[in-house]
Amino acid sequence: MSSTALSIKISIQDVNKSFRIKRNTDQSRDSSEPVIALQNINLDIHPGEFMVIVGPSGCGKSTLLDLVAGLTKPSSGQVLLDGRPITGPDLDRGIVFQQYALFPWKTALANVEFGLEAKGVPRKERRKLALEYIQLVGLAGFEHRYPHELSGGMKQRIAIARSLAYDPDVLLMDEPFAALDAQTRETLQSELLRIWEATGKTILFITHGIEEAVYLGQRVAVMTSRPGRIKEVIAVPFESRTSEEDLRAHPDFVRVRHQIWDLLKDEVQRAQEQEKSRSLTAAGSKIPVKGAGFNG
Amino acid sequence: MANPSTGEALVRLEGGRRSSPARARSLLGWGLGRIHRIFKAVIVLAAFLALWEAAPRLGWTNATFLPPLTEVLKTWWRLLLSGELAEHTQVSLARSLGGFLLALLVSIPLGLAIGWWKTAAQYLNPLLELFRNTAVLALLPVFIMLLGLGETSKIAIIFYACVFPLLLNTISGVRNVDPLLIKSARSMGLTSVGLFQKVVLPASVPTIFVGIRQAGAASILVLIAAEMAGAKSGLGYFVQYTQFSFQISEMYAGILTISIFGVLLNYALVTLERRLTSWKQTQSE
Repeated sequence: MSSTALSIKISIQDVNKSFRIKRNTDQSRDSSEPVIALQNINLDIHPGEFMVIVGPSGCGKSTLLDLVAGLTKPSSGQVLLDGRPITGPDLDRGIVFQQYALFPWKTALANVEFGLEAKGVPRKERRKLALEYIQLVGLAGFEHRYPHELSGGMKQRIAIARSLAYDPDVLLMDEPFAALDAQTRETLQSELLRIWEATGKTILFITHGIEEAVYLGQRVAVMTSRPGRIKEVIAVPFESRTSEEDLRAHPDFVRVRHQIWDLLKDEVQRAQEQEKSRSLTAAGSKIPVKGAGFNG
Repeated sequence: MANPSTGEALVRLEGGRRSSPARARSLLGWGLGRIHRIFKAVIVLAAFLALWEAAPRLGWTNATFLPPLTEVLKTWWRLLLSGELAEHTQVSLARSLGGFLLALLVSIPLGLAIGWWKTAAQYLNPLLELFRNTAVLALLPVFIMLLGLGETSKIAIIFYACVFPLLLNTISGVRNVDPLLIKSARSMGLTSVGLFQKVVLPASVPTIFVGIRQAGAASILVLIAAEMAGAKSGLGYFVQYTQFSFQISEMYAGILTISIFGVLLNYALVTLERRLTSWKQTQSE
């Protein structure tokens, strides 16, 4: 793949991001200390590429995804999509969340139609497209179920259908399979690869699972513990991922898996130390919950 | 069987696969289950009514102060036919619905607005908490003083009693919408208006309904108290008046009517709530 400017879909350039964390119960020390979430991130993602970011928990992976989604802005540096800076969320990028984020008052079908409605697709067309994508994720027949009537795996399939339906160029996936049981996860991983090959989307996929990263990614970016930096980007040398044989037993798979494990080992330990000391100093105080702020 | 609809669905699902004697047995089981459910729903109530009938007749209580149920029902029927009950019920209904609907009209839009604008909520919360925690009936004299003994003061105090549960629940409904749903909708490029209309509003309906039910209960409580404190018609007045003139059977007939009134109002609200929030998981019990 040539690396001219044209063949880069997403370009993350010198990105830094820091937060101020407010503590409710702090009396003595200054109540807001800046936390550096991301430090000097540089990463280019090619069109149609399946890029996986793997890192220890709390390393800022989700923050990076939010930046690409346009839900937050970098403190410095820039994120380009097709050469243009990202100014906000838009329908050219779709997000799939770990907790599905389906609207519980809407049926599966209405959930998939939601993004299409936002895009301004006429009603009839909406219905047709939604049914098509529900079929694509293998849930034909479940269109009129409400989310609480679906299993975790089914909900995630619907969430994926919802994001695909409005046809974004880029699919951003934030640990989408982390809440699923092992078997469902494996099924959905191979289904995702099938969908990726069928649709040619650029996928940015975040996980803390090494196996998942190697199995899915064409390239795997390994992140450090906080402040999150890109430690190394590793190319995964497989040609066709959707073949029938057990990829996980392949010697190359084992080698790459070990390589990433080696890179991550210290980071995970450090992240766990950080977490411990954080929860010690912040004992009793409210740690901001993962998720969105309420800035209507 | 925890949930009747699940039970039915299960029976239907299994029915397809079973041979006919087995199906007959499962249908029989279903019928028995239904009888069992009805039995559970009715038995304690029936025992209570039987006790009411028996106690005065057997001389356990003074029949003058607690006439047997059949006596009360007879009186109730007579009052119903004479139109007296209907008249008082109508007056009460107009007052309680008037205050209740007025409160809906004011509180829900106001609550949505306050919930949406964080700063407004921060400023208003202490005052709202103060009002909410002031027992409404303590304010009854104030309302009568300011608005007189007519309809205005009654509707006003019912309105007041309904406003706070509605307002506070609406605010908390809006404030507690799952942030992930908002994030998800924002990622699809929804504007603030769209976000409010398509996500925040439907997501807060269940919490708003908690407020509506609380307000419904409050409206009846305050209605009766207000009518007892000063009125010339209405069910509260009727109970008070019959007690003073020692028409004990009539008094109980009035109380019975108030109970029925309350149960019906609650039933109507619960039904409406079920319809509007049918998407919610119903696996309680």
